[in-house]
Amino acid sequence: MALSGLEIYKLLPKTNCKECGFPTCLAFAMKLAAKQAELSACPYVSEEARQALAAAAAPPIRLVTVGTDKHKVEVGNETVLFRHEKTFYHEPGIFLRVRDTQEPAAIEALVREAMGYAVERVGLTLGLNGVAIENVSGDAQTFARTVQQVRALTEKPFILMANDPAALKAALAVEGGKRPLLYAATSANWQAMAALAKEAGLPLAVRDGDLSALADLTEKIKAAGVEDLVLDPGTRDILESLHTLTTLRRLALKKNFRPLGYPIITFPGEGAEDPLEEAVIAAEHVAKYAGLIVLDHFSPALVYPLLTLRLNIYTDPQKPIQVSPGLYEIGSPGPESPLMITTNFSLTYFTVAGEIEGSGVPGWLLIADSEGMSVLTAWAAGKFDAEKIAKTVKQFDAASKISHRKLILPGYVSSLLGEVEDELQGWEILVGPREAVDLPNYLKNVWRP
Amino acid sequence: MPVEIPKENWTSQVLEVTLGATPAQGGTRGRTVTVGGESTLPFLHYEGKMPHRPVVAVEVLDRYPEDWSPLLLEAWGEAAHDPVAWAIQGIAAGADLVCLRLEGAHPDRDGRSPAEAAETVRAVLKGVEVPLIVLGPGQPEADNEVLVAVAEAASGERLALGLCEDKNYRTIVAAALAHQHLVIASSPIDVNLAKQLNILISDMGLPLERILIDPTTGALGYGLEYTYSVMERLRIAALTGDRLTQLPFFCTAGLESWRQKESKVGEGVPASWGDFRERAIAWEVMTATALLMAGADILVLRHPESIRRVVRIIDRLMGTKEA
Ligand code: B12
Ligand code: SF4
Repeated sequence: MALSGLEIYKLLPKTNCKECGFPTCLAFAMKLAAKQAELSACPYVSEEARQALAAAAAPPIRLVTVGTDKHKVEVGNETVLFRHEKTFYHEPGIFLRVRDTQEPAAIEALVREAMGYAVERVGLTLGLNGVAIENVSGDAQTFARTVQQVRALTEKPFILMANDPAALKAALAVEGGKRPLLYAATSANWQAMAALAKEAGLPLAVRDGDLSALADLTEKIKAAGVEDLVLDPGTRDILESLHTLTTLRRLALKKNFRPLGYPIITFPGEGAEDPLEEAVIAAEHVAKYAGLIVLDHFSPALVYPLLTLRLNIYTDPQKPIQVSPGLYEIGSPGPESPLMITTNFSLTYFTVAGEIEGSGVPGWLLIADSEGMSVLTAWAAGKFDAEKIAKTVKQFDAASKISHRKLILPGYVSSLLGEVEDELQGWEILVGPREAVDLPNYLKNVWRP
Repeated sequence: MPVEIPKENWTSQVLEVTLGATPAQGGTRGRTVTVGGESTLPFLHYEGKMPHRPVVAVEVLDRYPEDWSPLLLEAWGEAAHDPVAWAIQGIAAGADLVCLRLEGAHPDRDGRSPAEAAETVRAVLKGVEVPLIVLGPGQPEADNEVLVAVAEAASGERLALGLCEDKNYRTIVAAALAHQHLVIASSPIDVNLAKQLNILISDMGLPLERILIDPTTGALGYGLEYTYSVMERLRIAALTGDRLTQLPFFCTAGLESWRQKESKVGEGVPASWGDFRERAIAWEVMTATALLMAGADILVLRHPESIRRVVRIIDRLMGTKEA
């Protein structure tokens, strides 16, 4: 957390010698706080003050990277408790756990399905981030064999889970160098775990059910040279984990409490009775402060809403996801194909485009610049009116693409019909269905060029 | 190293709002339902009070909802033809309240008369002992006529009548005032609009303790994040002393999620959407869960399985049932 001008002032020599170019140390401190000056301009600042300022400039929740290349997952470095205060930056990585006691064939089927899983939403491809592999057998060789097997199936990052550092070491030899997270250092094994993480240069999870003990552990491990840490505060229940994760986020952001300023890993399946309950707890963790979420079940019907929630919560409230205004071809439309208009809110565009595509009737879709608002919102805000619609038709020269002169409006703005007719002389304005789901039927059975 | 648990010093709290009235209180309900009273953010019991659990209302229509998702029609079966039977089954599934939507009175639907609508309300009141929320058909003139008739027919019952919007609240509020009911004040995802509407309504003489806020719900994937954040902002304002925001939230999670393709269509959708029924219920339950995290006090739901699920989640979040 950044220091205030006064807090910085306390660290300066307070001699007002002016060599920094400012009349007083206080003036200099104020400029530093506003990031309009560099500390190096003061030749007399002590080493201690330099370190304190550097530490204060570091993010209150450390950014930790798991995985490499296009599959890497970056978590942490959040700056607010509520998304409306700014935004949440690094969406939690969602992993699926397998155990080295499962049948290899079962593991293969599950990993193939879960890691190959992809669902499209608002033009984005959503999926799971990686696999957590747990050494339940207690045997290092079995563990390594499972890790090797899974690596052959996916490039995505791993969370390697074992109590015995030797098992992790064996697994690392076959993991493939994709920057896995090591799980977990505890009060019983932390020295060996820290040594292993340090040697391999890997992030390390730290587990303790008691926050004081957890803070002690992270400090010791940091002193041993490992700084990329992830916290497991041990709580599994939906209520307890809400309390603990809220406390951890507040400690980091409001108290600038460094020993617990790391991303958090959760295991919602351990607090749940069935897969839906697991998904619900995971949903809570998406909203309230998890950095990595390890699932025990994979079902597309549950993963799809969960990934959608993650997308919603981590969308920047200041910028709705938008598409560029323009004339879009859906399918391969020709001069006889229907011309429709909608707004440039991503969700609106993709919903409508998806239905046109699904209808099998190729079409022209005009996107008006509604500043990223949905049809009704834009209409209510005056960003999608008759004038805007007419302007969009002309701006993108829709007439040059079609032989007819018909434009289909979204059903929800049927009230604009008369005005659009006035604005677009010589055009026939049609009112389409209200909901996009009904477009295929409309295009197939009602639309005629 | 000792770790001190940070706690916010909230200075204020949400008002307690009671729905329903027992015979001693001038109504006929077997029990009342009180919501609100929070002096901290949702479920942070270690920091403040949450004296009343969030509640679930089952959404019941006065007409057969033939355009609803086939999953809902299948789940309610015959009961969907009869609001009383439907309400009873909803309560059996765990709902604390009934939210009766008088869609049959919409001029584009069955165009039922206000008297008929009032009759339906009377029948449901007779059939169940829980408090009722009654929503008009959602067309301003029809809403006014129908809700006035309902308010009168159920005088003294402390129904929650809705939806009051900035362009259409006077008649409904007047009816609530005359017959001891509450109102639901609905505004489109905006802190200031919500406050303005509450001023307008309370200026007519209706005490704030008889108003619920409908912040306008967006379903998961369809605007949920806007609702989520406006609720968090309103609730923080409430806890820091802004009187006009200190009212419980009413959220139509069921209506919004079951409108979406994910919940309506089982065929011809991507395989990655998974099993239809599992997905649709998860969609409603997850929408509800996120709204609970943001402070929902009354959740109106549609599927009996979602009702069972959400009640259980609330139990666990209230710490009233062991995992
Ligand atoms: C999220 C939301 C917002 C967000 C903005 C989201 C965004 N990026 O647009 C925020 C919070 C910013 C917002 C603000 C406002 N909102 Co608003 N908002 C909503 C909400 C909850 C969901 C909208 C949404 O995302 N829909 C999903 C998209 C996909 O829907 P869509 O674009 O309409 O597309 C569908 C159809 O129209 C159709 N379709 C689309 N294009 C086409 C094209 C053709 C050819 C066809 C056939 C069909 C078709 O297909 C789609 C799927 O079926 C709705 C209420 C609700 N639950 O729906 C209110 C709502 C739209 N908002 C409303 C209002 C009034 C406003 C404000 C004016 C309030 C205010 N005074 O501040 C502001 C305006 C913005 C501003 N001034 O900054 C009202 C509009 C009332 C009306 N009937 O006019 C609504 C309906 C809420 C209400 N009941 O009062 N809002
Ligand atoms: S150079 Fe350093 S000591 Fe001198 S006035 Fe500036 S801040 Fe103060």
